[in-house]
Amino acid sequence: MAVDLTKVNQIIGKWESRKDFLIEMLQDIQDEYYYLPRDVLVEVSKVLEVPLNQVYEVATYYKAFSLTPKGRYTVSVCQGTACHVQGADTVLSSFERALRVKLGETDKNQDFTLEAVRCLGCCGLAPVVTVNKDIYAKLEPSQVLKVVDKYKKMPRQ
Amino acid sequence: MSKITIKDLAKIKEKTRAAMELREDGPCRARVVVHMGTCGISAGAAKILHTFEDLIKGRKDNGVHLSVAGCGGLCSREPMVTVELPGAPRATYVDVNVKDAQRIFEEHVLGKRAVTGKMLPSDDPFFKQQVFIVLRNRGLVDAEKIEEYIAQDGYMALAKVLTQMKPEEVIKTIRASGLRGRGGGGFPAGVKWETCRHAGEERGEERYVICNADEGDPGAFMDRSVIESDPHSVIEGMAIGAYAIGAKQGYVYIRKEYPLALEKLNIALAQARAYGLLGQNIFDTPFSFDIEVHRGAGAFVCGESTALMASLEGRAGIPRAKYIHTVEYGLNNKPSCLNNVETWANVPAIINNGVEWFTRIGTGDVSTNPWGGSKGTKVFSLTGKVKNTGLIEVPMGITLREIIFNIGGGIVKGKKFKTVQTGGPSGGCLSESLLDLPVDFDSLSDAGSMMGSGGMIVGDEETCMVDLAKYFISFLEEESCGKCVPCREGLRSMYAILDRITQGKGKKGDIKALEDLSRVMIQSSLCALGQSAPNPVLSSLKYFQEEYERHIDDKKCPAGVCTALYEMSIDPAKCTGCMVCLRNCPASAITGAKQKPHALDKKKCIKCNICYTVCKFDAVKKN
Repeated sequence: MAVDLTKVNQIIGKWESRKDFLIEMLQDIQDEYYYLPRDVLVEVSKVLEVPLNQVYEVATYYKAFSLTPKGRYTVSVCQGTACHVQGADTVLSSFERALRVKLGETDKNQDFTLEAVRCLGCCGLAPVVTVNKDIYAKLEPSQVLKVVDKYKKMPRQ
Repeated sequence: MSKITIKDLAKIKEKTRAAMELREDGPCRARVVVHMGTCGISAGAAKILHTFEDLIKGRKDNGVHLSVAGCGGLCSREPMVTVELPGAPRATYVDVNVKDAQRIFEEHVLGKRAVTGKMLPSDDPFFKQQVFIVLRNRGLVDAEKIEEYIAQDGYMALAKVLTQMKPEEVIKTIRASGLRGRGGGGFPAGVKWETCRHAGEERGEERYVICNADEGDPGAFMDRSVIESDPHSVIEGMAIGAYAIGAKQGYVYIRKEYPLALEKLNIALAQARAYGLLGQNIFDTPFSFDIEVHRGAGAFVCGESTALMASLEGRAGIPRAKYIHTVEYGLNNKPSCLNNVETWANVPAIINNGVEWFTRIGTGDVSTNPWGGSKGTKVFSLTGKVKNTGLIEVPMGITLREIIFNIGGGIVKGKKFKTVQTGGPSGGCLSESLLDLPVDFDSLSDAGSMMGSGGMIVGDEETCMVDLAKYFISFLEEESCGKCVPCREGLRSMYAILDRITQGKGKKGDIKALEDLSRVMIQSSLCALGQSAPNPVLSSLKYFQEEYERHIDDKKCPAGVCTALYEMSIDPAKCTGCMVCLRNCPASAITGAKQKPHALDKKKCIKCNICYTVCKFDAVKKN
């Protein structure tokens, strides 16, 4: 599938084609496509005149980037210390069962990607889970199914 | 727009103060502040804000001023609302729901009678021992309104240094204040500034100031909260630093996991530019300065100065050896002065209030040696198994016991205190015997932990020390950039050993192996990540070796955390047959009838702990 590159060039333009903003650009691209398609990385490399291997290094170094498509909803289970002490592991395994995926995987329908995130900084509300931009505080394992169902019921855009 | 002058600043201050002044006969007769930090919002503060908005709209000319402020401090009891009436002390309400909001509005705001029940007394131990320098504007300013910051003497310190002080005098002041880097290293800020200025002057080169807001330590959220609540204090601090060092350009490197902080920061920067507090010829002086924001993309090691600067250049954030310091050759090979959010936020307060005021707070003597003590305050995020979790600011030298038991209110659910972990993954776990330790840079390092950026996580009897050490090592293993062997391979080996111990497969000699690995890593890792990585293991071994031995020799986890080392069961004497665990069990391992003691099938049990958490009668046991 060919990727529409106009958006990519808009993003590069927004960051003034500056090489030191490469990481910012890739974040915007990731938000747009839910991953970093190969063609896009080639385009970025060409426009910025940064060797492709260097773009690839950045794309694979930082956790925010993915070279494979992610689901519509990213479930991020916080694994910060406070959450860990408050039982984040059991929350995570509850999500694994509820979504039928393992940590880091995306389900078949590309609805959900299950991720662990290192500290969202809401430690007072541990354990914390985010689904895209929604925050769930003090989430008990017994509430996990309800959360998943809520997003399953949401209509696809 | 013509350049802002000090007179303009004073006018804005007066005007905003007059508009905000609470007076029975004035336009502003009561103020309601809703605390909208990330914690508050996730606890439902937006709904509370809307409730107040509707209530105020519903009544004409009631003189109620509704404001939004950042973090209220007591995260575990968000949403928080503060009510201010003329001549009365500020009243803070906690755990506010929509109904409470309506009652507070009717009875307290309009009726002037405080609502009991959810009001936190102003002498509550949570607030009593706190001293606010960095959080000086807590609840007083809306981060999106620069005028409110100016009303609290904001940008006065910048005006003062630009018009009355030479750069060298500013450096001398910061040096004399004994301000040490709040990111964890504790390096004296004044010394750093001086070296950076010197390096730039010597080579006649451009210099940079950088704000490290890549708060990666799990269990720490001080910097997020400061930027969300009071971004101008950081911007002003950076501008003062830039003037002292001779920099024209500043950078803020902020984690992408903090979207709200990023938004507030960008708004604040735009407002500062609009007022001419950033840009060309600030206060009509030759000094020009601006700040650019870069988002991190999820790499813990980018909190390390050389990795952060590599990332700012648009490259992978991999540290380099620091034979040559970044104050000499940093970003783009130019002299670069990197300080943490909290350090920058301290600067305007020191300029405004003076060295003597600042050095009165804290420990030691810094008059001749900036390493001679720890001055001022430290912001901590107090979390874990304490009753009051939240963001606190305490004077240096306060004891751990005072923090945990007075401010924190002790351990939840009447359990026993076991450990306090400070300093993030590079810090250590301290035991009960060290509770009377004064909290400052040097005492904590001497005890095998470190001040770190300010995460403070309390563990109780249900916290397993081996598991906690494994947690930090697994975190660091994942975050190691892989450049140097001791860190990359050392962490991998350490993790394998710790994992084995928690699986009940620990061997004699494992403890020795952990210690040996630690020594090599400390001595030979390239950057601070690897050098400090063994701290959680070494400190937990130092204070909790017995617990390691129980795992290795008896194959037991006394805290009931390591799933391979305990089994779940239901105590028939305590079980009331309420069926709650049965209904919640995802593995259908629990059977029984209503009002009859239930039974748990150990073969089916997946040890998800759901039954343990939902049981109200303490009938589910781990043994």
